Amino acid sequence: MRDADNPADSQWPLWEVFLQPPNGAAHEHAGSVHAVSAEQALENARDVYARRGEAVSIWVVPSSAITASTPDDMGPFFDPGNDKPYRHPQFYKVPRGVRVF
Amino acid sequence: MANETGPSDPQRDETAKVAEFEARIARGESIEPKDWMPERYRKQLIRMMSQHAHSEIVGMLPEGNWITRAPSLRRKMSLIAKVQDEAGHGLYIYCGTETLGVDRRELIDQLLNGTAKYSSIFNYPTLTWADIGCIGWFVDGAAIVNQTMLAKASYGPYARAMVRICKEENFHKRQGYEIMATLASGTPEQKAMAQDAVNRWWWPSLMMFGPHDSDSPNSDELKRWGVKKKSNDELRQRFVNLTVAQAKAINLTLPDPHLEYDAATENWHFGEIDWAEFWRVVKGDGPCNRERLAARNKAHHDGEWVRVAAGAYAAKQRRSETEAA
Repeated sequence: MRDADNPADSQWPLWEVFLQPPNGAAHEHAGSVHAVSAEQALENARDVYARRGEAVSIWVVPSSAITASTPDDMGPFFDPGNDKPYRHPQFYKVPRGVRVF
Repeated sequence: MANETGPSDPQRDETAKVAEFEARIARGESIEPKDWMPERYRKQLIRMMSQHAHSEIVGMLPEGNWITRAPSLRRKMSLIAKVQDEAGHGLYIYCGTETLGVDRRELIDQLLNGTAKYSSIFNYPTLTWADIGCIGWFVDGAAIVNQTMLAKASYGPYARAMVRICKEENFHKRQGYEIMATLASGTPEQKAMAQDAVNRWWWPSLMMFGPHDSDSPNSDELKRWGVKKKSNDELRQRFVNLTVAQAKAINLTLPDPHLEYDAATENWHFGEIDWAEFWRVVKGDGPCNRERLAARNKAHHDGEWVRVAAGAYAAKQRRSETEAA
């Protein structure tokens, strides 16, 4: 039934969908959609991920345009942050008796 | 890393990787698409998630059957919204499955050519309006029990899709239960219609949880890898326990003379499932297997002009943008 050689019968490029919830939080990844254009990707994202007022704003990004860190370099990649405990408030002592700081 | 048999013993590397992978699962970490995972874990997830996605899509057919004949505008709006949700659920899960390195197109081809499986419950016909109520109450109710567990699955994209689905599934169950409650308190004919639907859907709904643990070849592995946290029989028991009281509340009788409460275990014991029927439907000989597949193929085929038109429109837009530039 399905004509695999028919170029029009395509699943189209993949887009990643980010939704901003109404409470003012940042855009968050929701999933992905297939779409033929950016405009259609936005409409599909609305229909698939925002049927119940989940979003006040939607971003769609071609999946191929995303550069991500890889699990293999996770350790070394994040290392510059991990060995600097003095960036956290717990590193510092507060005199006894000070309850609310 | 020190390795007595040489730095590149693939067997040994694999064993170490599996051990680290299982340790991550034991620590409750979430496995993400780019993480190393055993090939078998990937295969099992692709199988399970694509079957789940197909079930959502095929599940639209028995319900869509009643959209034109819903008894009121209120019921009709609810049913359209519910069927649209099922399409959305299918898409969430297909998109999650694609993160495992498989194309949605391949998966849909497998559904259309009959090599993929989907939940057998959708191979039963929807003969009356009460069947729509029963699907929401039983089938979506059973799905909630299963999906609430899967929302804690070890594979991140699957678990996240389940969280999204569970939020929407409660509406499905409540609209179904409301239909049943209304019919059950209606005329004698309406009550009889509701009871008849219960009689036909109860056992197939129990079959949705799959074979007994002792006959479920995939269960152990899926549990060890944190995909499933509970066994088929445990989930089925939970569903029965929840549903008995709901049936009682609307004066409908579950068609099982062996249903009996066991105070010691706090479980409702139930009779033996007809496994011969289960395997018959799984293997393709249910009442509607062929009809469902034919309907899916027709829908896909009939939709082709829409895909062609959308492609042509996008190409035209791109051309006019280039010319304008």
